[in-house]
Amino acid sequence: MSTQQMVMYEEEFQEITVVIERLLQDANAKVIFLVDKNGQLISGVGDTERFDTTSLASLTAGNIAATGGLAKLIGEKEFSILFHEGEKDNLHISIVGGRVILVVLFDSRSSLGLVRLRVKKSSDELSAIFEKLLKKAEDKEKRGVSDFPFAEITDDDIDNLFS
Amino acid sequence: MSFINYASREINCKIVYYGPGLRGKTTNLQYVYQKTAPDAKGKMISLATETERTLFFDFLPLALGEIRGFKTRFHLYTVPGQVFYDASRKLILKGVDGVVFVADSQEERVDANIESLDNLRFNLKEQGYDLDKLPYVIQYNKRDLPGAMTVEEMRLELNPTNVPEYEACATTGEGVFETLKAIAKLILIDLKKGK
Ligand SMILES: Nc1nc2c(ncn2[C@@H]2O[C@H](COP(=O)(O)OP(=O)(O)OP(=O)(O)O)[C@@H](O)[C@H]2O)c(=O)[nH]1
Ligand SMILES: [Mg+2]
Repeated sequence: MSTQQMVMYEEEFQEITVVIERLLQDANAKVIFLVDKNGQLISGVGDTERFDTTSLASLTAGNIAATGGLAKLIGEKEFSILFHEGEKDNLHISIVGGRVILVVLFDSRSSLGLVRLRVKKSSDELSAIFEKLLKKAEDKEKRGVSDFPFAEITDDDIDNLFS
Repeated sequence: MSFINYASREINCKIVYYGPGLRGKTTNLQYVYQKTAPDAKGKMISLATETERTLFFDFLPLALGEIRGFKTRFHLYTVPGQVFYDASRKLILKGVDGVVFVADSQEERVDANIESLDNLRFNLKEQGYDLDKLPYVIQYNKRDLPGAMTVEEMRLELNPTNVPEYEACATTGEGVFETLKAIAKLILIDLKKGK
């Protein structure tokens, strides 16, 4: 395999959800998403039903990738915060711990100032959780422990996917 | 890089369709989209120019089913083939699990095919990937057009390492699912080996 795999375990997933649920309240936001830099949705809270979350994740990652490219061109490391202002809804997008993207959607019941403040606090907590997650995955790998479900898959399993 | 979520019991993998402009990468995804049951697909997103050339990427999420209780999802992306969009191509390759190279079968397109393949190799390397170690298949598209080279000729130019290769006509869909199945399978086998 080329690079290390991104994994998510139940324990950290719960911890992450607690943090973003609280952020949702504190920032008075409508929806919050956590997205992997490669465009995969990690978690979402709030009014997620109203959105095509898969598309949202992919476009957010594309957006971050494109602005990251722009940043490099002008000699910046990355733009760690993006803000998109709409007529009703606004998007606050930030990078957490260098690897994960935090998307906060809010309207006039909140404000950019409030969102920014709350995001800052939650980001530190989220960073710590993702740090822990990475360590855990590395540890497991070192000890050769694998709860990986695919070690046992057969050709039949794979063929069945396409039947 | 695949994403394994033990909490939601999901595995996500990223497939990138690469190749020169106008070879039919977007057409491949459109066909897959048309032929996939509504509950197995998400929305297809195309960030394209007004003349329908891919500007940044196409994106199509597929949920194929379960393996050992894990939902298996594939995220299909195409790159923009036109030479001057190289910066965007590099971005799309990030985190790739498998590559489909879509080549054009017409004689006069040989140079562009080879150039694009070199470009793929180079861009992957820049991110620490080796094409020869990655799940990778080739599609010889536009087999329907007159003046198509023979598969042997194309293999000689484009497939020295003998990776799985498929003939296709993306507009009618011939070869499209064969190609997709092949790359998906290689990725899953790679996942199995990786752990
Ligand atoms: N005759 C024929 N035409 C095809 C085939 N596949 C694609 N085309 C046509 O070729 C043209 C370009 O196809 P696209 O899928 O947009 O090409 P692309 O590789 O995505 O191009 P870029 O986005 O510029 O990189 C379209 O008009 C398609 O209808 C094929 O197998 N046979
Ligand atoms: Mg295209």
